[in-house]
Amino acid sequence: MLRYTLKRLISLGVSLAVASLVIFLVVEVAPGDPAAFMLGINAEPEAVAALRAELGLDVPKWQRYLDWVGGMATGDFGTSYTYRTTVAEMIAERLQVSLPLALCALALSTALAFPAGIYAAARRGRAGDLAVMGATQLGIAVPNFWFAMMLVLLFSITLGWFGAGGFPGWEAGLWPGLKALTLPAVALALPQAAILARVMRSSLIEIMGEDFMRTARAKGLTRRQALWRHGVRNALIPVLTIIGLQFAFLLAGAIIIEQVFYLPGLGRLIFQSISARDLIVVESVVMLLVFAVIVVNFLVDLAYAAVDPRLRRRT
Amino acid sequence: MSLAERDRAAAPAASGRRPLPRSLWIGLALSAVFVVAAALSFLWTPYPVDGMNIPARLQPPSWAHPLGTDHFGRDILSMIMVGARTSIAVALLAVGIGMALGVPLGLAAAARRGGLLDEVIMRANDLIFAFPALVIAILITAVFGASAVNAIVAIGIFNIPVFARLTRGAALSLWEREFILAARVAGKSAARISAEHILPNVANLLIVQGTIQFSLGILAEAGLSYVGLGAQPPTPSWGRMLAEAQTMVSLAPHVALIPGLAIVFTVLGLNLMGDGLRDLLDPKVRKART
Repeated sequence: MLRYTLKRLISLGVSLAVASLVIFLVVEVAPGDPAAFMLGINAEPEAVAALRAELGLDVPKWQRYLDWVGGMATGDFGTSYTYRTTVAEMIAERLQVSLPLALCALALSTALAFPAGIYAAARRGRAGDLAVMGATQLGIAVPNFWFAMMLVLLFSITLGWFGAGGFPGWEAGLWPGLKALTLPAVALALPQAAILARVMRSSLIEIMGEDFMRTARAKGLTRRQALWRHGVRNALIPVLTIIGLQFAFLLAGAIIIEQVFYLPGLGRLIFQSISARDLIVVESVVMLLVFAVIVVNFLVDLAYAAVDPRLRRRT
Repeated sequence: MSLAERDRAAAPAASGRRPLPRSLWIGLALSAVFVVAAALSFLWTPYPVDGMNIPARLQPPSWAHPLGTDHFGRDILSMIMVGARTSIAVALLAVGIGMALGVPLGLAAAARRGGLLDEVIMRANDLIFAFPALVIAILITAVFGASAVNAIVAIGIFNIPVFARLTRGAALSLWEREFILAARVAGKSAARISAEHILPNVANLLIVQGTIQFSLGILAEAGLSYVGLGAQPPTPSWGRMLAEAQTMVSLAPHVALIPGLAIVFTVLGLNLMGDGLRDLLDPKVRKART
């Protein structure tokens, strides 16, 4: 296990290094000088040069890359070109919306997908299975932002149960905050739940064909007992991997959903920064999201290997 | 069992015609509607898509406008038809990029299995997979400007590892088969074997995966256009129609409803087609179902 962990750690480090380099280079080739952009077209060359020095744009590229990566490692993400506050502060503020949203959506999608997948697998080929599979087929085809708009139309505009968007802030209390995140979380979760339910179903169906399931029945367990004690437990392993991947997807998917509900999360921060050409913020937020994805995948791999010793030998 | 028998047993039964899977028919029909609509839009649309007609704006569906009109009085049916063109073109080209680069990489990795090339290709794949696709697509379009071309590139990049992995996985098991051994004995190079023997045998898988990536591409294009990073005005696109409809949902729900349904039906059709093709082409699944 130690050997495996070390190997994975090395590949984690390489992934992060390459990812940061790619992001840095992509942003570097962006046309336009942020300093010139901020001062407008009539700016004096001296003023632009002074601002470039202030923003740290006048040092060689490799040094800027090292500064950026080194800074992030110590929690210093730099200073926003437009807001003149630290990027770390801005991200921390936006995470208060994005992180709870992704977590709520993840919990919701898991809570929906598990029963649906298990139910469908247990009734394989019968009407219940077909109904669940039909619903998931539809769920996969629905773009989450459109689904979000339809939720607003039904629950905010027609029924008036929820506000149509915005976020009161956690200072307003837990309940108003959660209420504002309910529709976005549902919109994010349902398409994901459709995928997860399908994975759960096929994983469980595969497990039910295993010899040990027959043994479980032979030793006197009912179908139901065998399904829960031996089937579901073993089927969970691949499902957990997908959940890990989904968390990353939900964080990223929240970017678009936040646009629908006017939520002040990371997604809106990215778009605001893009239109203001505040590339240091774009760069840092993207890196943060990529970092989250890579680290979550790493943890899932480790958890996977801890549960299933065969995997440690494979790579 | 002789070698020939084993290969025959593994090959799909060619004779004995079976009815086509129902999902394939439904999927084909649904997708065909949008492909035909897109093709037709080059020749004819009920109304010009750039023709504003403010007095007739936000009309509900009627005989004159079967799907109603938007906030500029443009005919939504015409916009959906032209929008289908954008969606299909972007998704098709993105799948094309993924296949054109991913398949050769996968074939090369399998031909040099266990070697340095294989390792480099697969690690690079893992790395691309680790990126949240949407975030990078946003980064690319943010830096290089929002346009349909950049959306294609951004979506296409993430199709590369999908096809590379699939091709490599399928090719690896083929390399162990006797007919490949025969080709090697006959003195064919690895590149020639890959092109002449491996590729035709993984084509089925690639078609099925291509259909699925195509539908994902349509969803991705819609998402990017929705946030303003896809096709730019005046090119109609389903995602942007939804973005523009957002503020008018309460006044005229059909403006938001219809482009969304177009996306859902197209993606659903492609997914059903993919499922049906898999049932048809993959003997393993076919056996499991019957």
